[in-house]
Amino acid sequence: MDDVSGLLRPADQSALIDALTARGYTVLAPVRQGDALTVAPVTALDQVARGWTADQTAGTYRLRRRDDARRFATTPAALPWKRVLHPPEAHLWTARDTGNGFEMISKPEPPPKQALLGLLPCDLAAIARQDKVFDNGTFADPVYTGRRENALLIAATCAQAGDTCFCAAMETGPDVRSPCDIALTELDDDAGWLVEARSGKGAEILSGLPLAPVPDTAFTQRDAIAEATAAAQIRTLPADTPGLLHRHLDHPHWQAVADRCLSCGNCTNQCPTCFCSNTEDVTSLDGTIAERRRVWDSCFSLDFTYATGRPLRQSTESRYRQWITHKLSTWHDQFGESGCIGCGRCITWCPVGIDITEEAAALAALEDAAEAAHA
Amino acid sequence: MATSTRKRPKLAVWKFSSCDGCQLQLLDLEDHLLDIADAVDIAYFLEATRATARGPYDLSLVEGSITNRHDAERIQKVRRQSKVLVSIGACANSGGIQALKNFADHKDFIRAVYARPDYIDTLATSTGIADHVPVDFELRGCPVDRHQLLEVVSAFLAGRKPNIPRTAVCTECKRRGIACVTVASGTPCLGPVTQAGCGALCPGCGRGCYGCFGPKETPNMANLMAEFASLGRSETGIRDGLRLFNANAAPFREESLRHDD
Ligand code: SF4
Ligand code: SF4
Ligand code: SF4
Repeated sequence: MDDVSGLLRPADQSALIDALTARGYTVLAPVRQGDALTVAPVTALDQVARGWTADQTAGTYRLRRRDDARRFATTPAALPWKRVLHPPEAHLWTARDTGNGFEMISKPEPPPKQALLGLLPCDLAAIARQDKVFDNGTFADPVYTGRRENALLIAATCAQAGDTCFCAAMETGPDVRSPCDIALTELDDDAGWLVEARSGKGAEILSGLPLAPVPDTAFTQRDAIAEATAAAQIRTLPADTPGLLHRHLDHPHWQAVADRCLSCGNCTNQCPTCFCSNTEDVTSLDGTIAERRRVWDSCFSLDFTYATGRPLRQSTESRYRQWITHKLSTWHDQFGESGCIGCGRCITWCPVGIDITEEAAALAALEDAAEAAHA
Repeated sequence: MATSTRKRPKLAVWKFSSCDGCQLQLLDLEDHLLDIADAVDIAYFLEATRATARGPYDLSLVEGSITNRHDAERIQKVRRQSKVLVSIGACANSGGIQALKNFADHKDFIRAVYARPDYIDTLATSTGIADHVPVDFELRGCPVDRHQLLEVVSAFLAGRKPNIPRTAVCTECKRRGIACVTVASGTPCLGPVTQAGCGALCPGCGRGCYGCFGPKETPNMANLMAEFASLGRSETGIRDGLRLFNANAAPFREESLRHDD
């Protein structure tokens, strides 16, 4: 019964949040916090941002009022949803010294039950990428998979492209393409939400809601909204980007980027597919208790490649090259697809506006110029 | 291994030119203070107790900068008596706010402040401890963060490396889920060149970072300052923004000199 669909009129939309809450979910949704739209727990519909969006360019994000009442035409949220399933800090275990060995004393906390309301298609695709990272069939990460199994994903057709978006080029949106539980479209003129079940869990929730019949034009409208959003996107990647990066592990252009790059790691921390972490061990003052925890790390930090007495990637150029090459090239070798889903967060949230699409294009242009000179 | 069976290492806390704020962070560790007193023998800590025990000391925490000849000699003695020496706070690591005199004629300051300048015997500069003796570990901050301080002491006792990242404040800012103040509001922020440790305190209040924890690993001063200029900060503003608690830390000092006319 995955094929439940219907229209949720504005007056009935609270019922969705109530239904999720009644099933024990913490509902997370886009919320306005200060100068940005972030993601936070909500208990009522009026806490979800309404009629807001953001203008995003390389290195800038500006909140703006919309001229409609859409809640999910936010452009990618300032806070990536990643933290919900892959938390920035996670406790792994605690052990106690017994005098002749040690014993584990931590009781793993049950993973939270979270409903992600208003995921954009790019962010949904990012979850599908991380699913492969955190469970490759042989090894599964319990922190991620526990949260993931308990999560309910409600994604919205994207009605607003930002200047930094390129999901159409990465084929991850702006329509809801990746697996989720419910797909939602905010119809024009505040006519209501077209909701479509995409899983059994989603169908079960929808069938309890006061749904009106789907208007005749709703599906056409849904597709038109996505098409308009795709048409508004201005960024893309050069042809054969994976090959391009493979061919230029050594290139003077990396130094030009390094002159600008702050090695602050914001691009990796904001990227919804970046997954790297570090483990830290801490001990109590009396040395009888040890705790291991996991924290987000970044290929821009020196210690990331610390081995045999020194970091291997010391120059910023080698660290930037690592980041862009993994995202756009070697991820294909590992997972058979790109590590980038085109959300543009690394571009917007780089304090000095370094643009992954522009750097790939610059490299392609330099390659073309070198070939032309050679011919 | 229970505490009582192990010989307690001797801890000393030294003060040079400073405001005592970092030592207060140690006293502020309320919940852990008794555990510390259990784990180490507090042999010398004038801020806390007048009783002192003679060296050598297993761990010396050194607060404050070197601003006069007497202290320049005293730090040599402290080093000789200390197996491990950790400099704590901006003063001990780079000379502190008092290192502003390094950028001017210190005699002018003395004349401006003291009724009897001839009573004052001081060096022309304020410098960090590492400019005088080898330092085993730098704990940053103005003041230091008490959890980091506890971590350094615990790590020392366990014989392990402290978990004190040298990465940017931005890493903590993103872990906390704060929207970048530079990107979202156009506010200049020293976070990308400043070492983490404060928990992104200022960005969490919508302010730019002031650089209290000093330069991070591989700071790109020039390009961040170019960004500050494009956000509208004047040359003098850029210079003065770098001349705060870590004015004399090499990357901050050199960059501030580039914006000095
Ligand atoms: S690389 Fe940039 S655009 Fe691509 S998914 Fe990551 S943050 Fe988004
Ligand atoms: S590319 Fe930008 S966000 Fe990424 S590390 Fe460099 S300066 Fe920071
Ligand atoms: S607010 Fe400051 S510390 Fe936070 S990400 Fe932006 S530049 Fe970095």
